[in-house]
Amino acid sequence: MSTRHTIAILVNDQPGVLQRVSGLFGRRGFNIESITVGSSEEPGLSRMVIVTKGDDHTLEQIEKQLYKIIDVIKVVDIGSSPMVARELGLIKIGADPSARPEILGIVDTFRAAVVDISPNSLIVQVVGDTDKIDAMIELLKPYGIRELSRTGVTAMARGSAR
Amino acid sequence: MVANSATLKSKEQLIEKWGKQEVISGSEMLLRSLLLEGVDCVFGYPGGAVLYIYDAMYGFEDFNHLLTRHEQGAIHAADGYARSTGKVGVCIATSGPGATNLVTGIATAYMDSVPLVVITGNVATSLIGTDAFQEADIVGITMPITKHSYLVRKAEDLPRIIHEAFHIANSGRKGPVLIDIPKDVSNEKALFKPHTEVKLRGYNPTVQPNKQQVDKMLRAIEQAERPVLLVGGGAVYSGAHEEVLAFAEKTGIPVTTTLLGLGAFPSGHELHMGFPGMHGTWTANMAIQESDLLVNIGARFDDRVTGKLNGFAPNAKIVHVDIDPAEIGKNVPTDIPIVGDVKAVLQQAVAGAKYASKADAWRALIAERKAAKPFAYRDSDEELKPQWVVSMIHETTHGDAIVTTDVGQHQMWAAQYYPFNQPRSWVTSGGLGTMGFGFPSAIGAQMGNPDRTVVSINGDGGMQMCSQELAICAINNIPVKVAILNNQVLGMVRQWQELIYDNRYSHIDLAGSPDFVKLAEAYGVKAFRATNKDEARTAWEAALAHDGPAVVEFVVRKGENVYPMVTQGSTIDQMLMGDDE
Repeated sequence: MSTRHTIAILVNDQPGVLQRVSGLFGRRGFNIESITVGSSEEPGLSRMVIVTKGDDHTLEQIEKQLYKIIDVIKVVDIGSSPMVARELGLIKIGADPSARPEILGIVDTFRAAVVDISPNSLIVQVVGDTDKIDAMIELLKPYGIRELSRTGVTAMARGSAR
Repeated sequence: MVANSATLKSKEQLIEKWGKQEVISGSEMLLRSLLLEGVDCVFGYPGGAVLYIYDAMYGFEDFNHLLTRHEQGAIHAADGYARSTGKVGVCIATSGPGATNLVTGIATAYMDSVPLVVITGNVATSLIGTDAFQEADIVGITMPITKHSYLVRKAEDLPRIIHEAFHIANSGRKGPVLIDIPKDVSNEKALFKPHTEVKLRGYNPTVQPNKQQVDKMLRAIEQAERPVLLVGGGAVYSGAHEEVLAFAEKTGIPVTTTLLGLGAFPSGHELHMGFPGMHGTWTANMAIQESDLLVNIGARFDDRVTGKLNGFAPNAKIVHVDIDPAEIGKNVPTDIPIVGDVKAVLQQAVAGAKYASKADAWRALIAERKAAKPFAYRDSDEELKPQWVVSMIHETTHGDAIVTTDVGQHQMWAAQYYPFNQPRSWVTSGGLGTMGFGFPSAIGAQMGNPDRTVVSINGDGGMQMCSQELAICAINNIPVKVAILNNQVLGMVRQWQELIYDNRYSHIDLAGSPDFVKLAEAYGVKAFRATNKDEARTAWEAALAHDGPAVVEFVVRKGENVYPMVTQGSTIDQMLMGDDE
């Protein structure tokens, strides 16, 4: 059964490492829903978080194939245990001054923030899991979304350090 | 000229020679580091971006470089050297077109897990990314077909990178590693310190297997009534032929060796069933399909072996031994996975192995089938049959030549009619199926094995994809014996067009190819042509007796097909047996 998986990959911070990982997904036919990369707790290592869809066999192949990349240090299926997964969305809305109170109401409810206002548009910043951002987008659609940018998911297993 | 290790200095001697810390160029570091890795022969082709490297070779005693006539020839030669010796093959090419000419060879080695260190020049670091003359992103281009790759940014990194590259290439699941050296880096001067340690956090192949898993396999063997050992290239690469023999004899399990596994188990052994798959033996394919326990030792369940996956070994419990965990369960669901080096696994397994006592009827059935349906063809006295030619080559070389092949019908006939009794004697492009591989790989095999007879069996198609390397055989007196089975057609394509595409022969006619005898003679290589059995034997014996390279063109029957054949989409027990059936 095809389900969504969140995988954290600890990699050497080397030139080309993103290409090695994303290229592997591409050529083996693994899907990437989102990918985020940034520094990790250890100097010289980066952490990538990839959200992918596939059955258990695919997930197993992804993990095994990733380990074959010399610059990959560790692969963790963080979705297999309770985790915190967050992404950030920036949503630019073409908002007449008259519509703003309603928009601000939605923003408040979602504990989002307005980070830029111009005469006829504003930018909303929302942080949360993927479902929350999807919901926010749905609610803001009627006001006219001019531009949308999402970071993709970064995530971490809950509880004590592994 | 062949690689002569007697004149080469030992690593200790070299370290002593270069012990005092010296500031030298990146190019010189490269050459010294290669010698420290025990490299006795490098295949290459110079060009702009590697001029400093070639300049460093000028007058560099001990460094043995063979100039090919095409970069593709260089990398296939390095591949043949590696497969036949077990050592890392090394080749060098310049940036841009030099590097891209290596791509097919890199992919060939990657598919068959052959250890290569591939060195390319690149434009100077200041020019990278500017579409400079002869610039190509070879690291990017080859990422999917290398085990690892490096773009060297500082000369001081070279000793470490080269040492790591050799370690990565020739350990774990072996494979090609690319080192891309920008021109300024090869000229940069830095302090040379030989590198002897490897620290790679992300690379730690599992060699020793989990004992519990090995025990599970042994228990399964005791219970099995119809067990089969499927032995692949991994057994050859880990040097486990003795362990395979001991394990097979102790358990009494019939053995089939894949195309790349040929030689890992003696062909003449009573337990040997030949190779399985598309053109394999009837006995091996039937045995796999009927087995209740299939023990895969270092093979990767390639589609040419399994045929239609749904229906492959339908009643078998599957044991899979592989050093690459990603191969286990990739194509065939596995009941008992064993991650580890084949040699280490079998050493552990042999100790506790028991004779598969429930399989007596099975062994008898297999012996009966082997006798009933060996590989067969209808011989002719009017036309020269390619199968007969291969058998004659086998007979006249007493079965202990190193045989390299190209890809196509002749490759299958060579596999069928040249039985091997020792490993590293069979060099063929199995996974990628690279035409043009056969002849240059023989040059590399001969360089690595100066005292053995090296035979290259080719078709008339593939021979024309790398025939330019006849020049280096002649110039350096590399005594490769080249057989060309000339049927004037792209035979395997013809066979498929006949059997599957309803006799619609599209673009397969190679009539009008050059006269191979004249072609060889133009390069200064001794050559013969044979059109019947007498001529064939006389010519071939003369070629073998000749002190130097020789080519024999065998004009063989055009319409001959390779049988048995499992057509694509069929399970492997559905074999076309040919006109003898």
